[in-house]
Amino acid sequence: MNIIERFEKIDRRIIFLLVLLAVIIPLLFPIGFKIKTSEPVQKFHDAIDALIPGSMVLVSCEYDPSTMPEVYPMNQALARHCFAKDLKIIGMGLWPQGIPLNQASMEQAAEEYGKEYGVDYVNLGYKAGGIVVISSAAENIPKTFPLDYAGRPIGEFEIMDGVKNFDNIDLIVSLSAGDPGVREWIMIAQGRYGKKVAGGVTAVSAPAFYPYLNAGQLQGLIGGMKGAAEYETILQTSGTATRGMDAQSVAHGLIIFFILFANFFYLIGKRRKK
Amino acid sequence: MIETLGIWIAAFLTLCILSFLYKDNPFYKFAEHLFVGLSAAYWVVYSYYNILWPNLIQPLFGQGQLLLIIPLILGIMMIMRLFPKVGWMSRWPLAFIVGSYSGYHLITYLQSNAVEQVRATLVSFIQIESWKSLFTNPGVMTFLNAIAIPVVIVGVITGVIYFFFSKEHKGVFGGLARIGVWFLMIAFGASFGYTVMARISLLIGRMYFLLHNWLHLI
Repeated sequence: MNIIERFEKIDRRIIFLLVLLAVIIPLLFPIGFKIKTSEPVQKFHDAIDALIPGSMVLVSCEYDPSTMPEVYPMNQALARHCFAKDLKIIGMGLWPQGIPLNQASMEQAAEEYGKEYGVDYVNLGYKAGGIVVISSAAENIPKTFPLDYAGRPIGEFEIMDGVKNFDNIDLIVSLSAGDPGVREWIMIAQGRYGKKVAGGVTAVSAPAFYPYLNAGQLQGLIGGMKGAAEYETILQTSGTATRGMDAQSVAHGLIIFFILFANFFYLIGKRRKK
Repeated sequence: MIETLGIWIAAFLTLCILSFLYKDNPFYKFAEHLFVGLSAAYWVVYSYYNILWPNLIQPLFGQGQLLLIIPLILGIMMIMRLFPKVGWMSRWPLAFIVGSYSGYHLITYLQSNAVEQVRATLVSFIQIESWKSLFTNPGVMTFLNAIAIPVVIVGVITGVIYFFFSKEHKGVFGGLARIGVWFLMIAFGASFGYTVMARISLLIGRMYFLLHNWLHLI
């Protein structure tokens, strides 16, 4: 068996092991690759930054623990950014498991910036129905969400004074890992009610949302862990996304090497067979 | 104490799942079945307390909103799918859902996903401002900005030509379709790259958990 045949029959577990090492080693010994900010993430940041203190940001979480490594860092950075700018956050979600994750990120940021639940932020919880929920909230938020995530009437929270519908919301941010998610917010909140919508999505779905960004239907877009790391870089904070970027870069380099390596030997093998 | 126990259980289950990469084994099977069972139980309980109870049971039987009998009946008809003899009954609520959803969804979907996207391509082929900045400040970014719109327009037109099957892909038409294929391949490549990034991100998330929360190495 010559070397080409050996490579053709390589045990895939060796590749798994190398990818694992490419992830673990940079996590243990950070390299510190530079993170350059892309335009979609800069736009996302600028959309938040342009809001005046006291503005209302509706953060809707449509993700679950399976996509936490990608979306949760965005959620944390967004909460920090909003509180640093003295913006108020109204949290909600079209996925049930997004609610506790949004609550955790808001609580953590609130502790850092001395913000109070019910005054600076609130979590309206989950409601089943996707686009119907968005349409309903656009017309009447208190009717759609009479209680917060813990079952308390939202009328008792100071932050909800005067908040009736989407007219009282300055920016909507959907952090999503699928449907219902950013697309539904674009269709209803932006398309039908003309609200400004920004999105944070998983890397798998990010390419599908660039056309919306180019068409002006999205104010900004964060795609995957890379996007989250860029957002953290703009905010000059180091979160889990930034810490994971070295491993991400090394693993990508290894995969590119594998692709080139495999194609090289495949072509040589093909030529020899001829 | 409880948190520590939770971390150890999570670490054990993570390793069980990852062990499948070596080969199928009883630890993987155990973690897989546990995940499926827990997920199903979680969804049943969550759906009851967060959807059925506040939206149907409480308003219907607690507040006497009799109109809710209609969705209750439709819901029961939907479950009839489980019984082959009366399975046909589930088609009615299904038809109601499909009909109402498409009626509600159709126009908005077309507006946001077709009309707006087409409108975004109806722009001047040459963006004078971009070309001005290319000549005043030559560089890779200004060059890419200057050619962005022509690339988008050529990509859209040639891409659509590729999917036009009423004419044989020969001559100039075939050449344009071939350019369209290149655009599609680049798009698929970008999509694949993002997919790799997503999967590696998930692996990083798990490894970070094991090294940070469990082993405290980082």
